Amino acid sequence: SSRVSSSGSSSALSSLHTVEGVWPLPQSFTSSTERYPLNPKAFYFGYGRQSAAQQDCSVLDAAFKRYFSLIFPDYTSGSGDKPFTVEIRVDHADCDSYPNENSSERYNLSVSAGQASLNAETVWGALRGLETFSQLVYQDDFGTYFVNKTEIDDFPRFQFRGILLDTSRHYLPVQAILKTLDAMAYSKFNVFHWHIVDDPSFPYQSRTFPDLSSTGAFHPMTHIYTQSDVRRVISHARLWGIRVLPEFDSPGHTQSWGKGQSDLLTPCYRGSTPSGTFGPVNPVLPSTYQFMARLFKEVSSVFPDSYIHLGGDEVDFSCWKSNPDVRAFMQKMGFGGDFTKLEAFYMEKIVNITSALKKTSIVWQDVFDYHERRSSLSVVEVWRHGCYLCEVRRVVNAGLRVILASPWYLDQPGPTHNWARYYTVWPLAFKGTEEQKKLVIGGEVCMWGEYVDATNLTPRLWPRASAAAERLWSDEKQTSSVDEAFPRLQDFRCKLVRRGIRAEPLHVGHCKHEYQGV
Amino acid sequence: MSIRTIMLIMLIAGTVRAVQASQYVSLWPLPQKVKILDLSFKLTSFNIVDAKESSAGSSCSLLQDAYRRYYEYMFGIAKRQGPRKSRLTGPSELTELQVWITSPDSECDGYPSVTSDESYELSVDLPYAVLKAPKVWGALHGLETFSQLVYEDQYGAVSISDFPRFAHRGILLDSSRHFLPLKVILANLETMAMNKFNVFHWHIVDDQSFPYLSRTFPQLSQQGAYHPYTHVYTPADVKMVIEFGRLRGIRVVPEFDTPGHTQSWGKGQKDLLTPCYSGSKPSGSFGPVNPILNTTYDFMSQFFKEISTVFPDAYVHLGGDEVDFTCWKSNPDIQKFMDQQGYGQDYKKLESFYIQKLLDIVTTTHKGYMIWQEVFDNGVKLKPDTVVHVWIGGGANEEMGKVTAAGYTTILSAPWYLDYISYAQDWQKYYKVEPLDFDGTEEQKKLVIGGEACLWGEYVDATNLTPRLWPRASAVAERLWSAKDVTDINDAFNRLSVHRCRMVA
Repeated sequence: SSRVSSSGSSSALSSLHTVEGVWPLPQSFTSSTERYPLNPKAFYFGYGRQSAAQQDCSVLDAAFKRYFSLIFPDYTSGSGDKPFTVEIRVDHADCDSYPNENSSERYNLSVSAGQASLNAETVWGALRGLETFSQLVYQDDFGTYFVNKTEIDDFPRFQFRGILLDTSRHYLPVQAILKTLDAMAYSKFNVFHWHIVDDPSFPYQSRTFPDLSSTGAFHPMTHIYTQSDVRRVISHARLWGIRVLPEFDSPGHTQSWGKGQSDLLTPCYRGSTPSGTFGPVNPVLPSTYQFMARLFKEVSSVFPDSYIHLGGDEVDFSCWKSNPDVRAFMQKMGFGGDFTKLEAFYMEKIVNITSALKKTSIVWQDVFDYHERRSSLSVVEVWRHGCYLCEVRRVVNAGLRVILASPWYLDQPGPTHNWARYYTVWPLAFKGTEEQKKLVIGGEVCMWGEYVDATNLTPRLWPRASAAAERLWSDEKQTSSVDEAFPRLQDFRCKLVRRGIRAEPLHVGHCKHEYQGV
Repeated sequence: MSIRTIMLIMLIAGTVRAVQASQYVSLWPLPQKVKILDLSFKLTSFNIVDAKESSAGSSCSLLQDAYRRYYEYMFGIAKRQGPRKSRLTGPSELTELQVWITSPDSECDGYPSVTSDESYELSVDLPYAVLKAPKVWGALHGLETFSQLVYEDQYGAVSISDFPRFAHRGILLDSSRHFLPLKVILANLETMAMNKFNVFHWHIVDDQSFPYLSRTFPQLSQQGAYHPYTHVYTPADVKMVIEFGRLRGIRVVPEFDTPGHTQSWGKGQKDLLTPCYSGSKPSGSFGPVNPILNTTYDFMSQFFKEISTVFPDAYVHLGGDEVDFTCWKSNPDIQKFMDQQGYGQDYKKLESFYIQKLLDIVTTTHKGYMIWQEVFDNGVKLKPDTVVHVWIGGGANEEMGKVTAAGYTTILSAPWYLDYISYAQDWQKYYKVEPLDFDGTEEQKKLVIGGEACLWGEYVDATNLTPRLWPRASAVAERLWSAKDVTDINDAFNRLSVHRCRMVA
């Protein structure tokens, strides 16, 4: 191809020095060409007098330190000695809590000579504002830092903006997870959906059932997440304002569970004798539910978020069908030959377990599709391809909340010029009332791990996931043009590279600052 | 899908190659002849040394460097894996691998070429293992194979006799669409050596950028690189790549593609490219290299003279692909020239005119040349030792037949464009390619000297090059090295899974 690099035009670039250079695009903003030089030696973060959060606010103190390095990556000396202060004012001092599904992320940022005022309701909103501010700062050709006069009022369109990582198909070292959390924060993602176990391996080291990982992990020492690893992920996420949503998927996708917990999985039969293989979780034994109750009790206390993902997808009924005890149970319950009823029975019992633990359950759409008593469900994640908006409509019609994943299966690689297909998604383009549309609480990028591990996770995820990030945060009308988004995303990708995230290229060209850590 | 760890299995003596389930070795690419016997060894205080009878000694830095490198691979990895339980009976101690270069001229200080002898024999037996090779190039391959045996705890008695099926086994990297920092190029050479690739085809410049810092024409990169300081290859950088490759038995073949793919050349060299016209006035844009000016050929003369001294390989790749004729057509001087020459409207003749002169220039620098297939397709007169590079997807087999029927050596890339990615295990389709699967005589097929996996750079840079290229390129590596009948895809999967983990480590 002979397309000339698009990083040439300087007039296009100068607009990227203003709010256009922020990704995702803020909801409302005014910017000006008036600019102020910044001197890293005379740059301060401070708490406004009326701020409910003050010194010793763990989240913000840690953020100031991080953002200082992100804003001044070279730490070259600035020009002039005019000091510049970013003053933070927060309404609620929720510094020691965890972000939750209702946390306000709204902020107002006002940049003028010598100071920036950042107002937010919560510390999580302040984090979002700090991220935006860090993207407004730029350098001229001599390395001098500048920020333009700007007014921003911003809040997310959707409350739930997630990334799913799969640590069962391939183990992901803790460092890789932490790095992903950093990159998520740069794009204002706020939920880390940890699909921690599945068929191939069980890396979660349970306090209650240590055999699960000692027999089910790829390696019982090197390929596990200890309790302290999990705590580390959760606390790192918290400082970025990211919720950690664990998924313990059942009754399918559980092969690795059976190694450390005999009798958990259904023994499959060939005729009248067991074949030696196992199927989904056995729904007819009381021991199953005793086990699940204890496991989820632990999971509820280890993971502080009020949501938990129970999976429920892709259950293969053939093993259940083959097992005489299961068939007998079906008869007893009056399910006839309809195994979806058995699955619904199982899921309902699990949902009850987690409800009793005061958790809100998320399930994959399969559970909704099979369930008759839908009122027992809370949140449904729509993932199947095809008319996914049709499914969204069905779910909100039943009064349930929706998380949309279908258009954002990023584990399917493509040449990166297909980033636009993750951008041109219209999550609310279905027939419904305002109330129903509010039930779409957000969406999620899924990075399944069949062909992904730490060697290729980052370039496969970024910057394509950032396209989804803008769809989930920004105003749809202002962000419907792929042509306008492209140069901004290219510039944002270079920012990611400069920050040490190996985001892959969108097209030919180069970044001014690349390869500094290579 | 769980990756099965390769288990040590006791074999009854002497199976030649992996006709049975290959679980006993994870060698990649599979050697021509492998015999494994039912004994085991322990490696303690191990050393790699020159055999007394070897024609290469302690002054051979290529081998000394390799000994150190392979020692680190083998025992660095072993340390990380921790103690292993040996399953074979009665360990005896193996303390030494002796490397014996048998030919009087080891070629230790030379550069590899397409005719280099890369064969070797490895026999691991008590009291020491012996690696015999006529030239250092074979010894390098033998060391790689030996390190793969050690990785698998496979210190069983082994007798391997190996040589490559094809002499030209290459990887193309594109440092113009995206600049590739030196570290990435060197890391890639390292990985190539682990897969017994022996040609680095460096597609160094193209339309988008000109990172090659030329001594004779420094303004080419001054004006044409993405950035004149941070995104260029200095002469020292280029030297480093060449030497790093040489120490691993890898030839570095540069490609300076003309007359198309040259937008970036025009920034630092005015009058090199053809000015395009809009009606009767220049439009301001430029097309391919201008074939009618004498200055063009003066420039090319001086430029390729420099290239021939900077790059020691016997070959240089001259490109010649995808020339767009519209700009030439629009230019009145060129139209006049076409009339004068009697070419009519056939611009292929003009392209041939240019290429012919270019080839003559390059010949005077005593280099052989490689060209993309269009140059052959358009009927240009080529030297007999020209290598034709077949890349166009549709009809590659017929093309191979045509090129070899005309008597030219050829290399195949068409089925191996690795910049095209897809979901799941696409390495299998690269593995299943059979380069000689075209209609032709035995003589013709001998003219196929190998192939190259190409990683074009439109969507590739240092952030994603390594995972995109490997391990898929390893499939090509085996296809080009191993025997024609090594086609068992399940066996390949078993060995490749382990080989991939080895590369990661």
